[in-house]
Amino acid sequence: MTAVATTPRFKANVHEALTDVRLQGAMTFARNFAGRRAAAAERLPEFEALRDSARAIKDHTLAHLDLYLEAYERKVVESGGHVHFAEDAEAARKIVVGLCKGLGAKSVTKGKSMISEEIGLNAAIEAAGIEAVETDLGEYIIQLRHETPSHIIAPAIHVTARDVEQDFRKAHRELPPERDLSRPEQLLGEARGVLRAKFLAADAGITGANFLIAETGASVIVTNEGNGDLTQILPRAHIVIASIEKIVPTLEDAAQLLRVLARSATGQDASVYTTFSTGPRRAGDPDGPSEYHVVLLDNGRSAMLGGEFEDMLRCIRCGACMNHCPVYQAVGGHAYGWVYPGPMGAVLTPSLIGVAEGGQLPNASTFCGRCEEVCPVRIPLPKMMRHWREREFARGLSPAPQRFGLGAWAFFAARPALYRFATGLAARALHLAGRRKGRFASAPLAGGWTRYRDLAAPQGATFQSRWRAKNGAVK
Amino acid sequence: MTMNAVEGAGPRPRRVGLFVTCLVDIMRPTVGFAAVKLLEDAGCTVVVPAQTCCGQPAYNSGDRATAARLARQAITAFEDCDHVVVPSGSCGGMLIRHYPELFAGEPEMAAKAERFASKTHELVSFLTDVLGVERVTVRFDGTVAYHDSCSSLRELGVKAQPRRLLASVEGLSLVELDEAETCCGFGGLFAAKYGELSNAIVSRKADDIRKAAAGTVLAGDLGCLLNIAGKLQRAGSAVEARHVAEVLAGMADGPAIGEPQKGAGR
Ligand code: SF4
Repeated sequence: MTAVATTPRFKANVHEALTDVRLQGAMTFARNFAGRRAAAAERLPEFEALRDSARAIKDHTLAHLDLYLEAYERKVVESGGHVHFAEDAEAARKIVVGLCKGLGAKSVTKGKSMISEEIGLNAAIEAAGIEAVETDLGEYIIQLRHETPSHIIAPAIHVTARDVEQDFRKAHRELPPERDLSRPEQLLGEARGVLRAKFLAADAGITGANFLIAETGASVIVTNEGNGDLTQILPRAHIVIASIEKIVPTLEDAAQLLRVLARSATGQDASVYTTFSTGPRRAGDPDGPSEYHVVLLDNGRSAMLGGEFEDMLRCIRCGACMNHCPVYQAVGGHAYGWVYPGPMGAVLTPSLIGVAEGGQLPNASTFCGRCEEVCPVRIPLPKMMRHWREREFARGLSPAPQRFGLGAWAFFAARPALYRFATGLAARALHLAGRRKGRFASAPLAGGWTRYRDLAAPQGATFQSRWRAKNGAVK
Repeated sequence: MTMNAVEGAGPRPRRVGLFVTCLVDIMRPTVGFAAVKLLEDAGCTVVVPAQTCCGQPAYNSGDRATAARLARQAITAFEDCDHVVVPSGSCGGMLIRHYPELFAGEPEMAAKAERFASKTHELVSFLTDVLGVERVTVRFDGTVAYHDSCSSLRELGVKAQPRRLLASVEGLSLVELDEAETCCGFGGLFAAKYGELSNAIVSRKADDIRKAAAGTVLAGDLGCLLNIAGKLQRAGSAVEARHVAEVLAGMADGPAIGEPQKGAGR
């Protein structure tokens, strides 16, 4: 497993995030995504229909995943590549590090990959004495900062341009200290210059994949910087690491999913670069790696097939759910404490690291449903979170005060006459106590509420008792 | 009772059961009476069967068995009603969208839940979409912002209906919030369990409301309203919060949510 999850301390993480002024400033940027997605969806009349077919493609693939995985493997081998299956994170790390060592690699470049984060690949590569260089600008920045991504498509969204300037000045000591880095283009230019040398020196390039196409054996990446292309074309070997649910049957299917991906993610009609790679360089190809490997990671996914959480495997990692999530917008990605933040992380994290560690996340949702509303593959995220709560409840893992409170409440709620009596009593008592001000600034057992807001006092007798007094019990 | 407070009503169903919701029952009966008035003015016969809670707190806490028990209770209680009307989007979502999901393994009960769901409606959309109410003849002087509760909006498709009726209220001018579709951070038990997080979300909502320069914020869910009112009041804002039914029924003359009764003094 990768870096230790801080998910069990979610509430403390939330507190830290909410009191971090710098982070709160940076997070305002995350709120721009929603409007862009809405505009992109608006521009494409068939967008909703495309979402339906995106869901259908993924569902079909998941129902026949074994067949498509085999077909994909066959195609990769036919084109001269190698496929390695990794059951868990450790196996995947071993395979990749083994491949790098076999190449005698001193340095590797990396395209953006959440699977790499999930398996903690950089640490493993570096432990083997090999330099790992992230080439996506956001990933490069957080690598310099020794951080993890706080968003699945915008990993450095929690970082401001001023932070980046400081990081660059610290890291790029060979450059003149008096250089101007006040504008974003200057930061971009500097990163490009530094990375150029890394691209040329790399012995292997590691990328993730947005899709793996069974029909052709191609892996597909979408980027806005073109760094992925240089990562996979220039070095001697290209290693793709991807999880098994990235498979789609045909090129046409991939094209359909691409149409919803960028629109959902950033509101672009298409990402700037969509790159297909199929096997190593062939005779006559002007460029390309001489070795091509695909590491297919399971890490708990096949166990989700056929179960309550299978729908989650449709996820195409667009990030729309977090872009529209009030919780994510408030605290950012690091508070979630592991690799995947936002609603998709709240469902996936307990699946991948266990409910004992990840169980806080599916509870920390208002069920506002905006994630499901925008998810391009229509994953019922709130329903999945509720499934986790049901599992916790069934295993007695929910906190005792909550169980007790709910139990007492359920006892009354299942007995209408008793309920009327008890609520009538409570409403009157609270009304009398709160009558003068109309509300309470503090109340016993309601500290989580009254610490931050006032609590209205009831109006007096309950509706049901007033109604009965007026109309009798029958009506 | 005014006979013509609601005009333009279409064909009228007979017997409407009011599912008043626990929050309205206990905290703010006025909303229940406003709902009754709106329904009666539109020609309905309103009944209030003995009832408790829709089971949502249990359902959202993972306690399916309790939720199913309460669902069964509610379905039975409203058996002889032509329609069930609920002045809340989130309880409405529970009754309409989630009851049928609770009885997956019991075809007979599932069918009952489906029938129950299909006769159940959120209050304002029932008035407009089922009864064909197009306007109300009441007055409310002031600038009003309408907050869309998440369940109303996303589970029940309630968005234009309350705005349409509010537009017919004399003296009322409606302003839109920049982030009308963003959650207020209530989320039932979430607000107490994750108080700090909930506070961060409702603080943004309160800022948005203040920015809109409305004197009153309305919504169709008492849960959101208690949350929003509590935050506005804690922050010292003078913006008042009310259930939309109070304004539509012309019953907004009493104290707003969390405000003292007249004569009770501050
Ligand atoms: S769950 Fe849906 S919205 Fe969220 S990242 Fe995955 S595909 Fe995108």
